[in-house]
Amino acid sequence: MIAELGQAALILAFVVALLQAVLGFAGVAVRDPVFHGFARAGAMAQFVLIASAFACLTALFVVSDFSVLVVAQNSHTLKPFLYKLSGVWGNHEGSMLLWALILTGYTGALALLGQHVAPRLITLTFSVQSLITAAFLAFLIFTSNPFARLFPVPLDGADLNPLLQDPGLASHPPMLYAGYVGFSITFSFAVAALIEGRVDARWARIVRPWALTAWTFLTVGIALGASWAYYELGWGGWWAWDPVENASLMPWLAGTAFIHSLRVMEKRDTLKAWTILLALLTFSLSLAGTFLVRSGIITSVHAFAVDPERGVFILGILILVIGGSLVLYGLRAGHLKPTGVFAEVSRESTLLVNNLFLAAACALVFFGTFYPLFITTVSDETISIGAPFYHATFIPMMAVLFLLVPVSGMLAWKRGKLGPIAKKLAPAFIAALVAGLIALWIAEREVVAGAIGSALAVWVGLGVLLDLKSRVKLFEVDLAASWARAKRLPAGIWGMIVAHFGLAVLIFAVTGVSAWKDEASAFLMPGQAFELDGYSIELVDVVRSDRENFVSQAGTLAISRDGRELGHMVAERRFYPVREMATTESAIRTRLDGDLYVTIGEGVEGRGWAVHAYIYPLAVWLWIGSALLTLGGLLALGDRGRRALTSRDLAKRKPGEKTGAETP
Amino acid sequence: MGRWLAFTPLLVFAVMAIYFGMGLREDPGAIPSQLIDEPLPAFDLPPVAGAEAGLSNSDLAGHVSLVNVFGSWCPPCAIEHPMLMQIARSQIVPIYGVDWRDTPEAGAAWLERHGNPYTAVGLDPESHLAIDLGITGAPESFLVDASGRVRYRHVGIITQQDWDETLLPLIRELEAS
Repeated sequence: MIAELGQAALILAFVVALLQAVLGFAGVAVRDPVFHGFARAGAMAQFVLIASAFACLTALFVVSDFSVLVVAQNSHTLKPFLYKLSGVWGNHEGSMLLWALILTGYTGALALLGQHVAPRLITLTFSVQSLITAAFLAFLIFTSNPFARLFPVPLDGADLNPLLQDPGLASHPPMLYAGYVGFSITFSFAVAALIEGRVDARWARIVRPWALTAWTFLTVGIALGASWAYYELGWGGWWAWDPVENASLMPWLAGTAFIHSLRVMEKRDTLKAWTILLALLTFSLSLAGTFLVRSGIITSVHAFAVDPERGVFILGILILVIGGSLVLYGLRAGHLKPTGVFAEVSRESTLLVNNLFLAAACALVFFGTFYPLFITTVSDETISIGAPFYHATFIPMMAVLFLLVPVSGMLAWKRGKLGPIAKKLAPAFIAALVAGLIALWIAEREVVAGAIGSALAVWVGLGVLLDLKSRVKLFEVDLAASWARAKRLPAGIWGMIVAHFGLAVLIFAVTGVSAWKDEASAFLMPGQAFELDGYSIELVDVVRSDRENFVSQAGTLAISRDGRELGHMVAERRFYPVREMATTESAIRTRLDGDLYVTIGEGVEGRGWAVHAYIYPLAVWLWIGSALLTLGGLLALGDRGRRALTSRDLAKRKPGEKTGAETP
Repeated sequence: MGRWLAFTPLLVFAVMAIYFGMGLREDPGAIPSQLIDEPLPAFDLPPVAGAEAGLSNSDLAGHVSLVNVFGSWCPPCAIEHPMLMQIARSQIVPIYGVDWRDTPEAGAAWLERHGNPYTAVGLDPESHLAIDLGITGAPESFLVDASGRVRYRHVGIITQQDWDETLLPLIRELEAS
């Protein structure tokens, strides 16, 4: 009964989305305001219907109704409650329903928050958004029905893949999807602007909070994915240039370029066609990301669901959404004339360079991800592209981009001077050189990469702080006056400073984790020990025990460093009988200067237990840096200057300027 | 010129969409490997419970061999298993098993239950060899020539068709050279 209710809600939502798309476009064509009202109500209705469908599926998981196929395949009566919930999206059908829920959630949020947007623009935006929703719901209903029944009904379920039974992974897909799907709003706004044939600073202001929201979620999602891989896979791999990871990195890079160019457009009314293109590309890449994971055209460790039939359907959606929007772009981009001009040395130009680098980096990742596919289709040869490719191309490109970060923040809009900035940044430059030299001196491995990484981290980090210092005139005026200035800085500026500082922290952490890591392993009997970088790791005992839905084998390890006792760690191995699968629960000792990461393997008769230890310097700063990036995004969101310009603002701005702003 | 420039993204997308479409018809099993024509990484794996010896590079020396990565936890492996049994009975090529992310007991019990097509089996509980081989999932198989070089990678279940049309001809070719 619950399943049928969910099914009905899903179909109704599809019908409403389709109707709204058609009526919205028709309404704008016939210029009848009646249709505007329907758009908002329709958006809310879609959300309520999909939320009901989602609630139905959740209820089915909670009560363990194994007459429903996805529940039987992915749940089990003995599973902890949290994973019964996360099991809802731990499978293909459920995760697509979650995608739809977030998509309509954004549409609903736009209906509530977008009151100030000109009716024509927002009605068009709702129509585009509904079209995407309708296409996605069709995919869900026709190829991935989450409410399909199973007969005969099994006595118990097959359980969720134990690798996915982790709090981090339970929250990873919702965050990532909130990022991917958030860019649907900016996409729909961009398409609406193209249909209208004009776009301006006001448009940029309306769109920017949505872009920042999506970007922030995507950042959190990627960080959660990386930390899940780090903690759960059992060997500390946090980033592997896996196609699925690349799929989330590409929209992040494009989205990062987008929020920067939006700023230029908002401030200076230029780079219009480029910004619109980025809006289209960011969501296109998000869709392609979904396509990557779901179609099986590119296989990877993450591909839990591989089904070419669905791939064909998704390809259809891609052609409709991406192809359609790019046709429109081709027809209309020429009409988007910029009004602002800027000199070679100006903040606009550095942001344009930033955009070009990010876009090129994104293209590189795209190339690395899809080139193998390209080669297989045109010849019999098969190749794969791995980390060495990205180390040789992506990393140097990013390194050059990072050089620009502190400079860009200090340059004036329109026309800037490099001289004073060079003077202000001189301490950062010297400190970066010193940091590089120190790294050269003390590092035992990967000396050059480590030195460059450390120097860049110090350059960006200190450069950003110097930017802040000059903004609040620290030590130029008295402290109270500096404090007052700091409080007056717009939230957007704080967001930029915090995010860029987070970037510096990330550069440092990535350098440490990848350039200076170390590992060793040995078979140990209780009482035996082995050494790694001054640490001594001794196996004390191994205890087996039965838990709720797995069997645990826990090895206690005594750690000491240079003769000093540091205490005990417990590394665990879990065996899940229902799926006959084992997972590793690593023992991790986290300190600010790095992690000691120990895993234990299965015992071997006569040889003991395989114990593997890794040193990951600065690992914790990966998460701190990501948190700072996120905080930066949130701060920028809180910028009150973000509200749409009122007609009075526009009148003040430049009399007679063509704004493209609609009057109702 | 400027007018047409705006259509470049569309053009790029159109080309890609065509390849996506073609890619969908490709066999997802035919995945590339950086290891092709490279020597198999060095390994020395412990045995499953009850077996005398594990598996190391020296077992594979001097003849063409099929290395198969499996696990008792892996349902597709059970589907592939009868095919491996059939290959073993034909005595065309020795099959070596890498029991991935498994326990010695579970691996042994699985072989007991389904039959053992492997000339030797090594246990890889911590994915050391699996990571070196770039395994994306089980089952996965590699054709290794007499000099210990990887010649072919097969991802997923080996079907009768894969055997007849790809693996068997390749084995004949490798043995001839």
